Amino acid sequence: MRNRTFAPSRILIYLIVSLIAAAWLAPLAVVVLNSLRTNEEIAQGSMIGWPQHLAWSNYAAAWSGFCVAETCAGIRPYMLNSALVTIPATIFSTLLGAIAGYAVSLWRFRGDSWIYGIVTLGIFLPQQMRLLPWTIVLRDTGLMNTLTGLVVIHTIQGLSFTTLFCRNYYVAIPQELIRAARIDGAGFFRIFWRIILPLSPPILVVTVIWQFTHIWNEFLYGVTFTTGQQQPVTAALIALSAAVADIPQHGVQSAAVMIAALPTLLIYLIGGKYFVRGLTAGAVK
Amino acid sequence: MVRRLPEYLTIWVPLLLSAAHLIAFTLWTIWISFTPSTLVPISGWVGLRNYSAVAASRNWQIALDNLLLFGSAFVLLSLATGLILAILLDQRIRGENVLRSIFLYPLAVSFVVTGTVWSWLLNPGLGIQKLVHDLGWTSFRFDWLIDRDMAIWTIVIAAIWQSSGFAMALFLAGLRSVDADLIKAAQIDGAGPIRMYRRVILPTLWPITVTVIVIQLQFAISTFDLVRALTNGGPGIATQLPALVVYDLMFQRSLLGRGAAAAVLMLLLLLAVLLPYAGWRYVQRRRAIHA
Repeated sequence: MRNRTFAPSRILIYLIVSLIAAAWLAPLAVVVLNSLRTNEEIAQGSMIGWPQHLAWSNYAAAWSGFCVAETCAGIRPYMLNSALVTIPATIFSTLLGAIAGYAVSLWRFRGDSWIYGIVTLGIFLPQQMRLLPWTIVLRDTGLMNTLTGLVVIHTIQGLSFTTLFCRNYYVAIPQELIRAARIDGAGFFRIFWRIILPLSPPILVVTVIWQFTHIWNEFLYGVTFTTGQQQPVTAALIALSAAVADIPQHGVQSAAVMIAALPTLLIYLIGGKYFVRGLTAGAVK
Repeated sequence: MVRRLPEYLTIWVPLLLSAAHLIAFTLWTIWISFTPSTLVPISGWVGLRNYSAVAASRNWQIALDNLLLFGSAFVLLSLATGLILAILLDQRIRGENVLRSIFLYPLAVSFVVTGTVWSWLLNPGLGIQKLVHDLGWTSFRFDWLIDRDMAIWTIVIAAIWQSSGFAMALFLAGLRSVDADLIKAAQIDGAGPIRMYRRVILPTLWPITVTVIVIQLQFAISTFDLVRALTNGGPGIATQLPALVVYDLMFQRSLLGRGAAAAVLMLLLLLAVLLPYAGWRYVQRRRAIHA
């Protein structure tokens, strides 16, 4: 390329891209800056501004101080709830999805393509169609308003995605490999353990990141099936902004938003490549 | 047989649980939509009465109007933004990875967080309008959040910010897989960059475009969290959307039958998008096999 750095058209391209990138970063920057400004400072000006001095105390207050609906323990219990739902549900749905994906792609059994087809329909079925049945099932099993209930829901529903991801990855494994192992006398579990699992790290990382992000960020089930102290952090954030509507505490609220968004943002920063692979894998089947 | 029982159980239990809950829950919700259930599900048959009640309600009509406006504006604008970003990033620019990460990071954040943050930025007393006023331009107005006619556009803005990166990622993958010979042949024919995009490259992207449209429409139809956090359906019911109507009927007004009917209507909206797409995919695949 000649004059690569000086051609006016290239300068224009960089200018446009940088402007859009700045716009995309602005909301994050605003929250980060606000989380370090005092409530009074924000109240005097706008939510867009530079901190006069860094108010780290916002984070302490957001984590364990402020009150949501008459309990003053900050965002900590809700973060813990989210973790206690997200981590087990991610592990279960990924593991079961890997086994199911392996079964339908390589083990093959009668009716496998039918049941696989139905399972993947779960990707499209709106949550609203499942709200009432889950309500009834949770009530009758005594799991209403429990974290276990949410783990069960996210595990079963997550199977649609995890099975799809793993199946699409495993179909590339040559069938002969499985056949040879079976002739040698290896069974379903041994083949999974010895052959499939060692080949799986790339797809398992994609699946884990996908599931973690989605379950952590989920809101509708959290707000419908849990109340008060049992709610995940997404539901608690909404409750918080309703609770402080009279006397806004935007500094502390910004810190709470940052804390709530941090786990998935960190995972994105570390495993962005795999996150994007999950996005496109879900789209191009 | 008994020895292989653990194997059968491991294969079938998760798959059956998943498939059975999908079928059973769908039928269950459809059944409730034909019953006179209010506070609790009860048996009985009211025919299409729940459907006509939902369809006749102002809430639902506004939700549908909003969905039409929000859906088309959001899909078109995020498509355009994604395509422009993809083309710009495809110009062998420096820092492509960093830029791509910047455009995609909103997808890692929950809609609750996105909605909350944008509700601050767009709040005229707190956000952009306040900033511009403080800077001295006091007649500046940007108060869509509290303007009944414009409030739906705040959701469009936040949704574009959140998911244009997704369109960009898919388009970029498409641009990168355009046949190099095709480009070379066009270059030999003396095609300039604009002609090249219009005549050679963009036409190869249309299958991706269809996929992006369908996925974004699917997102638009089931939008809930974002509105809940950004406007909560307000001011008044100006930013009502179908998913909010469903929630309102089921859990705030305890009209389970009507709530179920609204959920089924949502499913039908979704099918109106997905079925033609599935058919199109089927034909495409057929052609690919026979070609």
